[in-house]
Amino acid sequence: MDDARLRQAGGREAALSSQCIAECTNPMGNPIMKSRSPAVLAAFAVTLLSSSAFAETTLTVYTSVEAVDLDRYKQTFEAANPDIKINWVRDSTGVMTAKLLAEKDNPQADVVWGVAATSLLLLKGEGMLEPYAPAGVEKLDQKFVDSANPPAWVGMDAYVAALCYNTVEAEKLGLTPPKSWADLTKPEYKGHVVMPNPNSSGTGFLDVSAWIQIMGEEAAWKYMDGLHENIAAYTHSGSKPCKMAASGETVIGVSFEFPGAKAKQGGAPIDIIFPSEGSGWEAEATAIIAGTANLEAAQKLVDWSISKEANEMYNVGYAVVAYPGVAKPIEHLPDDVASKMIKNDFEWAANNRAAILAEWAKRYDGKSEPKS
Amino acid sequence: MTALALPAGRAPRQSVSRDDLVKRGLMVAISLYLVLSLAAPLYVMLSKSLSTYRFDLTQFEFQVSDETATVWSKPKTAAALNAELSALAPEDLRAGSDSRLATTKFFKDFSFRSPVKYRMRGTVEDARWLVGSAPGGGTEWQEFDSNSFRRIMLRPTQSFGLDNFVAYFSTPSLSISIRNSALMATISTAITIAVAFGLAYALNRSRMSFKGLFRLVTVIPILVPSLLPGIALVYLFGNQGLLKPIMMGYSIYGPIGIVIGSVFFTLPHAFLIISTALSVADARHYEAATSLRASKWRTFWTVTVPGARFGLISAAFVVFTLVITDFGLPKVIGGQYNMLAVDIYKQVIGQQNFEMGAVVSVILLIPAIIAFAVDRIVQRRQVALLSARSVPYQPKPNRRFDMLCLAWCSVVAVFLVGIIGICQLAALVKLWPYDMSLSLKNYAFDLMDGGGWASYANSIRLALLTAFFGTIVVFTGAYMVEKTQGFSAGRSAFHFLAMLPMAVPGMVLGLAYIFFFNNPANPLSPIYGTMTILVICTVTHFYTVSHLTALTALKQMDAEFEPVAASLKQPFQKLFFRVTVPVCLPAILDISIYLFVNAMTTVSAVVFLYSTETQLASVAVLNMDDAGDIAPAAAMGMMIFYTNVVARLIHAGVSGLLLSRTQRWRDR
Repeated sequence: MDDARLRQAGGREAALSSQCIAECTNPMGNPIMKSRSPAVLAAFAVTLLSSSAFAETTLTVYTSVEAVDLDRYKQTFEAANPDIKINWVRDSTGVMTAKLLAEKDNPQADVVWGVAATSLLLLKGEGMLEPYAPAGVEKLDQKFVDSANPPAWVGMDAYVAALCYNTVEAEKLGLTPPKSWADLTKPEYKGHVVMPNPNSSGTGFLDVSAWIQIMGEEAAWKYMDGLHENIAAYTHSGSKPCKMAASGETVIGVSFEFPGAKAKQGGAPIDIIFPSEGSGWEAEATAIIAGTANLEAAQKLVDWSISKEANEMYNVGYAVVAYPGVAKPIEHLPDDVASKMIKNDFEWAANNRAAILAEWAKRYDGKSEPKS
Repeated sequence: MTALALPAGRAPRQSVSRDDLVKRGLMVAISLYLVLSLAAPLYVMLSKSLSTYRFDLTQFEFQVSDETATVWSKPKTAAALNAELSALAPEDLRAGSDSRLATTKFFKDFSFRSPVKYRMRGTVEDARWLVGSAPGGGTEWQEFDSNSFRRIMLRPTQSFGLDNFVAYFSTPSLSISIRNSALMATISTAITIAVAFGLAYALNRSRMSFKGLFRLVTVIPILVPSLLPGIALVYLFGNQGLLKPIMMGYSIYGPIGIVIGSVFFTLPHAFLIISTALSVADARHYEAATSLRASKWRTFWTVTVPGARFGLISAAFVVFTLVITDFGLPKVIGGQYNMLAVDIYKQVIGQQNFEMGAVVSVILLIPAIIAFAVDRIVQRRQVALLSARSVPYQPKPNRRFDMLCLAWCSVVAVFLVGIIGICQLAALVKLWPYDMSLSLKNYAFDLMDGGGWASYANSIRLALLTAFFGTIVVFTGAYMVEKTQGFSAGRSAFHFLAMLPMAVPGMVLGLAYIFFFNNPANPLSPIYGTMTILVICTVTHFYTVSHLTALTALKQMDAEFEPVAASLKQPFQKLFFRVTVPVCLPAILDISIYLFVNAMTTVSAVVFLYSTETQLASVAVLNMDDAGDIAPAAAMGMMIFYTNVVARLIHAGVSGLLLSRTQRWRDR
């Protein structure tokens, strides 16, 4: 959306309502007023209130939510908060994080809404987030709220690691479906597993950090040594392994549940498997950028972003949301996705990220020969 | 003798006319443009690659209490504690901008359950650490219980040095890319040159039919982003590929895919250069060879190849540079095979490690600059093959040989058309390979990552703006440098600046732009994230070839035009618009179509610079492929292809029309 165009549109609305004020306060204009129904009058009152002192604010909101969801989120929010307009700036998580860090000394965003919590922790460590406890934050599942008080970020929903398993190709090759992470190291899957490279994908990192948290450091690296033998390719993005499984390019894609459900909807012959040891997960979260000129509007957005209404909106795509009791099952996904999630220590993950990634690259990135 | 007594006169100096001043002013203005859009960003990037991070242990001081938390130990710096424990070696203290170091490493028997308390402070103001994830710092003593203390992470400080390069070369997963990139570029160059030579030989030295058709087909790869052959190879040789059995169990992801794709997208470049070299030949050499009873084979190696050697060398370096600096193809088909250009992207986008990205960029500059320098030297040594007494060589019909040539050209044409065809097919299939029915759902770009149809509109806007402004800047610059008298220092400086973009890979240029323009202290920073920066970047990226095209056209014009105009007291701008521009119109149109097509297909430079409002179709291909939406990526790639085809058709039509009206003098 074009910022200037938005502002222009906002100005036009304000001009219209001020024109109305002039007309309606005209003492000779009474008959018009009388003929109006109560609903129109109420609407008129709302217009008057919201346009008082041209209070409309445009917030620049950085986000990584799916492109399809952008318009829906914007419309739902703006319907509830007519005095605030959203100007989306969207890109994938990695690009968005790089952009935010690059703008450290000259922040352009007012709010980030829908960026991975791990990325927001990096920003927090740079002092880039404005701590704020939104109204009703106590109602959220606490694993979706930053540990500081007031919290620097609050969560919206989670994406959960899952395997996409192509049943047609598996049958051709005579494979049995894996049940656990440990199964993936079995020799039968050699060359049939694709996972995201943690050095370029947030999903890849959440897998690796979850394995270390579940198995302990030493066992996890040993596990990954074994897994590496079976990997056909490490991809740059987290959803690609699932889409590769969906198109039969690989049999097992280590990915997360959302693209799996979408691919299955599109007719792809895949099963979505949640490994028995539990899955790593990442929260999508909201935070205010320190130094914003529109703090009040930014706080209103964060307040709304954790409301029940907002969480119902997230639930359209995401099986797990931050507000307890809201989530309804998503087609093609089990009802209890939330129960597959491990206890994820975001702070530990953020603080050890650089070291884990370096170790991973040392072990697996240098071996360049692909396996057929 | 008397002459000696005369005082020496003033050295004669050419007076500078008003026209010359205007010309010099314009030249300086365009030089300034090149400095700001090229030299300055590169300089900033070089300095960024030297910006290092390191844990400075002398910056942090600690005190430990006894179990009752009343008696405190003497303050000791982390450096002193480390010396006692020798916990960390100096190379462990090397860091990235994002590194953290747990303080507990310096306390051997640390337990978070113990009642012992800890105090810490910075010895300098800019000492930084994290308590959990919250930033901390300062020179005041701060007290922590042991459970909070275990969450303290030291942050590195910034300094200046070669540490990043040391780190690069001591990390095998990074430095292996140098070998990989060089190997891929060498193999691809050898194959491309062989294929292109065969093609050029067939089209110039045989009497086969359909020559025009094959010349057209050869242009195809120029019209698509280099990502597209990668996508096509997935559909041809991937696990669900149509021709998978040919691979005999080898994976297309990796070196094989990179080489095949590189041959595809570099072929037209090599073909054009070699074809030019083969198009002229002196028939007398061949007559001599025949009369000396040299075999055909011997003639080929002693006459044909040496005659084309400069073209071959030049083509080889162009192909080598293209492959080693290309980003799109290895990104799509490279698999685990690390290449330098992809490393830059992975460092910057994947890990937000800008410093290491700058290091890889500097390394990527080296082969490109060497290739560029060698190419320059070779071209300088080239001598005219055709003298005034030459007899142009005319191939004689030879049925067997002509059929052979036709067969070879057909094989190459099938390869080129096949790659494009498979992409169009993939774009139209509903769900490859499970539902092969046709549908247009892959064209619903608005439902995908990458910016939707708006990105396609943006690309066309970028291409038009680049073609328009780029042509004006390039042609004006070339005119000023070619037709200005004197001022030779300025002219050679300008010439150097104009040649420099050829040696700068797109990824490097894009990253340099981030460092230079995304800096609030830079007064030019407002253009960051706008269409303007994309236009500037693209014009600069493709400056050299356009500049050389303009120079060639201008050199064909007699230098007498300017003195004649001056003697008639005509200002140079009148001459420029009434004579120079119309005469050079074919070249000007060529420059604009070159800039248009490249602006449509370029990915490498703009991938770091686009913003939400200025997403581009070529970048959308990359991002959709990245997200796994390969069929929509192919669909968008084909949109770029068709757009470029239409642009070239319009270009051909307009050129034809204008040429018939303005170039009639040529037919005299």
